[in-house]
Amino acid sequence: MSMKFEQIRKVKQMIWKMLMIFSALITCMILVFIIGYVLWQGLKGLSITFLTTKPSYLSGNIGILPDILNTVYMLIVSIAVLLPLGVGAAVYLSEYARNHTLVRFIDNAAEILSGIPSIIYGLVGMLFFCQFLNMQTSLLAGALTLVVMNLPTIMRTTRESLLTVPKGLREGAYGLGASKWRVVRTIVIPECLDGILTGCILSAGRMLGESAALLFTAGFAHTLHGFLDGISSSGATLTVALYVYAKEQGEFQVAFSIAVILLALAVIINLCAELVNNYYKKKRKR
Amino acid sequence: MSKAIDKVMQAVFFICGLITIACVFVITIYLIISGLPAIKEIGIADFLLGKQWASTAKEPLYGILPFILTSIFGTFGAILLGVPVGFFTAVYLSKFAPEKVKKSIGFVVSLLASIPSVVYGLVGMMVLVPAVRKTFHISDGATLFSAIIVLAIMILPSIINVSITALDAVPKSYEAGALALGATECETYFRVSVPAAKSGIMASIVLGVGRAIGEAMAVMMVSGNVANMPTLFGSVRFLTTAVASEMSYALGLQKQALFSIALVLFVFIMLINWGLRKVMRGSDVKV
Repeated sequence: MSMKFEQIRKVKQMIWKMLMIFSALITCMILVFIIGYVLWQGLKGLSITFLTTKPSYLSGNIGILPDILNTVYMLIVSIAVLLPLGVGAAVYLSEYARNHTLVRFIDNAAEILSGIPSIIYGLVGMLFFCQFLNMQTSLLAGALTLVVMNLPTIMRTTRESLLTVPKGLREGAYGLGASKWRVVRTIVIPECLDGILTGCILSAGRMLGESAALLFTAGFAHTLHGFLDGISSSGATLTVALYVYAKEQGEFQVAFSIAVILLALAVIINLCAELVNNYYKKKRKR
Repeated sequence: MSKAIDKVMQAVFFICGLITIACVFVITIYLIISGLPAIKEIGIADFLLGKQWASTAKEPLYGILPFILTSIFGTFGAILLGVPVGFFTAVYLSKFAPEKVKKSIGFVVSLLASIPSVVYGLVGMMVLVPAVRKTFHISDGATLFSAIIVLAIMILPSIINVSITALDAVPKSYEAGALALGATECETYFRVSVPAAKSGIMASIVLGVGRAIGEAMAVMMVSGNVANMPTLFGSVRFLTTAVASEMSYALGLQKQALFSIALVLFVFIMLINWGLRKVMRGSDVKV
């Protein structure tokens, strides 16, 4: 009798273990398959001309330089706006705010923002930035939409690292007669640089991968522009270009080649996040 | 002078702090203002329960029941497939895997999370859709089934990450106690740690629901995008894709109806948020 019980126990143990290893394997295999397939289909289309020319109907050439530039412009503008806003909000919450109800409200609002689907951001971005603020369909409108989407991310990472700044540092500075702004400027913000950096990297990753929010705010154009013209006119980022080439024009080769670039960027961004994390962990330990 | 700067900076930080509230406020107001007129004109019952969407017909019909049901079924299917895989992976990574394996699979998961949704859509469109067509002998593989598989893959990272955080937070003494009583490793982790981390795991599922219901681009590329009542092997249209697919050319009442769809989606998301908060509060009480 007890033998049987022990055996059932062993079999159960085996089943559990197998289920776990099987699941972990599936997770890994999905990634390997996606990366492998995209590389296999996309690498052959990558060339210098592909990366450095613009599409032309006359020669039938498809190049993605405008899309690359649009993505870069978009990232620059969004991060430049996002950084002060997000860090400011986080500093307010942890250093200035005295009113608990208000803090709770802000926290809830950030939580709601992080749950809203990107298609809704795109729609409201179109109504608010493109129509109400009269920016038309432009990279600027798209970039501002992305800022709103990523506010919760950078607020969260900055606040997490603000929590690790020792109270004694602040109190020491106050004791020496420093004003609040001086403490924030010289002690609090330098000490939470890792959180700010992580937030920027994570946000940049999300911005690179975003498409639904940009469809109606930044548009689909593939024209080559300088920075200032670029942000005020409509333009497709890499993700939007991928969608348009695959779904609307049936240029799957081009789509896969863009996918290769996007995957490479995703890998780079993840490695950066890891590096920053490790660097500061080591520094903290010292 | 320095006092003046201090005051100014305090005001600047205060304004930054209020920005999230302002954003939520603006989004809600805009969705309600632009979404309500069409609902009023079409009639709320006809809009929510109408079984036909024919926005470009001569006598247009605006019933979004097909979209609502598709979104619900699609999300449910994705949870059904994604949660077991994510859950077991999370338990393995949190409790069994050696440090090195945990780190490398962790990297795999964060990479999965950062693959853009259009790439999922592209691979789904080129691999999954033809595969579904051949396996099930149907004329078009772009179906609800394909969308469910893509969604299940896309929610995996959030389920795994949140569950791992919850499982890692279970006090070691619980596990030590169970092990000391003679329970095997598996029994300890599944009978003691998992129940202790229950609310965190629930939260991961709710988060997955939110992700799945809000996904637009990937689903648009694999679901066929036809406004049918949902069947597993038929082409369907989700709430999100209904908005995205007609927005670029819609005019008048049709455009307003799209805003109303977005409003319905927003209500869904707020309900999920509320559920998430409830579940999370449960976890606070316990820990």
